[in-house]
Amino acid sequence: MKTAKFITKQMIKMFLLLLAVSIVAFALMTASPVDPLQANVGQTALGSMSPEQIQKLEEYWGVGQPPVQRYMAWLKDFIRGDMGVSLLYRQDVTKVIAVKLANSLFLMIIAWVMSGLLGFILGALAGMNRGKLIDKVVRGYCLLISSTPAFWIAMLFLIIFGVWLKILPIGLSVPIGVEASGVTFLDRVYHAILPAFTLSITGISNIAMHTREKMIDICESDYMLFAKARGESTWEIFKNHGFRNVLAPAMTLQFASISEIFGGSVLVEQVFSYPGLGQAAVSAGLGSDMPLLMAITMISALLVFGGNLIANLLYGVIDPRIRRGGAVR
Amino acid sequence: MERKKILEIKNMNISFCQYQKGMRQEELPVIRDLSLSVHEGEMVAVVGSSGSGKSLLAHGVMGILPYNASMGGEILYRGEPLTEKRIRKLRGKEIVMVPQSTSYLDPLMKVGTQICKGKKDLVRQKKLDQIFSRYSLAKEVQEQYPFELSGGMTRRVMISTAMIENPRLVIADEPTPGLHQKAAKSAMEHFRELADMGAGVLIITHDLELALETADRVLVFYAGYTLEDAKTEDFCKEETLRHPYTKALWRAIPKNGFQYIDGVQPYVKDMPSGCPFAPRCSRCSEKCHGEIPYREVNGGYVRCVYDS
Repeated sequence: MKTAKFITKQMIKMFLLLLAVSIVAFALMTASPVDPLQANVGQTALGSMSPEQIQKLEEYWGVGQPPVQRYMAWLKDFIRGDMGVSLLYRQDVTKVIAVKLANSLFLMIIAWVMSGLLGFILGALAGMNRGKLIDKVVRGYCLLISSTPAFWIAMLFLIIFGVWLKILPIGLSVPIGVEASGVTFLDRVYHAILPAFTLSITGISNIAMHTREKMIDICESDYMLFAKARGESTWEIFKNHGFRNVLAPAMTLQFASISEIFGGSVLVEQVFSYPGLGQAAVSAGLGSDMPLLMAITMISALLVFGGNLIANLLYGVIDPRIRRGGAVR
Repeated sequence: MERKKILEIKNMNISFCQYQKGMRQEELPVIRDLSLSVHEGEMVAVVGSSGSGKSLLAHGVMGILPYNASMGGEILYRGEPLTEKRIRKLRGKEIVMVPQSTSYLDPLMKVGTQICKGKKDLVRQKKLDQIFSRYSLAKEVQEQYPFELSGGMTRRVMISTAMIENPRLVIADEPTPGLHQKAAKSAMEHFRELADMGAGVLIITHDLELALETADRVLVFYAGYTLEDAKTEDFCKEETLRHPYTKALWRAIPKNGFQYIDGVQPYVKDMPSGCPFAPRCSRCSEKCHGEIPYREVNGGYVRCVYDS
């Protein structure tokens, strides 16, 4: 009964969120000064076209139609599962997204797992050894990274590893001049290393800093003091109590950080010319490709919402006070 | 037969370093010149009102004082100095602490595993079962989490953490707050049992009546000072007590007249010179503001210039 109620509530929440996001995204796009014809056809080409041709193009890009009407038309199709045709790629949006999402997911999952694991380890280490050298190093690293823009770090790595050392490719997701069928899995991994590494590095600092804070709270708790009074060694204290208590908040953080990884991937993909969802979002935005941008927006909203939902659910699974106490949120 | 001394504390001082406005540091003495000894099979109670810093006594012996606290004086365990290195080896084995409240239990660890410190071998499991049946705790409780326990159960679980070891010295920090009369009494009796089994037990409490029911000796703690160290029998009548404060405490017990005296214990920062009780004492005179000796009177100790 409780579970059913919980699920219904979450579904309603998700539905309302998606609706709100779609309205805002659409409104922003309508308000943007980008002229789709100029952006996609070019000033010169536009000037040499006959009015009939221009009118045809305007029809294709939906210029002149009232926004509400366009939005309603989009919403009707979207609810039926039809995301439309991408104006830029001239393909079904579903198809475009499938390809881009696969590329991005590959990148994001590596970065997400790496930043989560490393962030947790570094944060826990720093928290347990508060004030000592390792804490200072971790904190210094985190502050440095979080005050540096992700795209700048991306460019820095590109210069170091791609241009100077020449050990990693400077961009794209597959080698240049190779047929699609000739691309191996290793090629993909090789091309994903730099962007994934950049994304992880920037993701670590957030996770590590939060885990550290939480760990410090735990270390100051009475039960940690009692464990010490019971003669448990530092490792035992961490293993028995520290890890157990920091895990739930760290997991929550990890799933909630999906949004940040996603946001970071937009910038990083741009710098590395990596053909993922982030890059597609940028070109869709700049090119007024309404159907594609809307679809990407919806998918990212879903991903982030899903992450937060999983975080919520996990808390209930990990923490016995919620699991056994019956306090289902 | 003379019983062996398990714990002897000589002139213990504990003070806190506190930052005042800006960078000015100030030393706050919380425990001053505390001396006591606990023998095998003996139960000693340190009684003092809340906020008199008595919990720090337990933390001081266990070597778990916070980083901004410093301790002076001498602690002897079985005749030898209890150094930091030695307490690290002994705590949780020969010397155990029974904590104050549920917050000292890990909220995410099952009770049984927690009592066994995460190492549940057959021997420990068997011992745990015995302890649980002794304290009439159901076996299912082992699989429960601390938040699922009642106040009395939590108490017994915390005493179990001491019982699972083979303690020679048990230090209990406020073992009875928030318990109703019956549960508090049975908690105290469990400590009495530990003492009767041969361990030295040091109880830190604010409940004088309860302490008098079970303990062998009572130390009266006031504003950081031990004012009196008396046998429990001395509390039978007012005349055998030594310090005016102890007498005032005695008179405040319902069956002894339920009289109270005005005032509160002074805060560490505005401590009077000489006797800390002087401002509230009816016999206060000029010499109470000088140096007050801690001396032996009739088999007990008192920190007072008068001979009762």
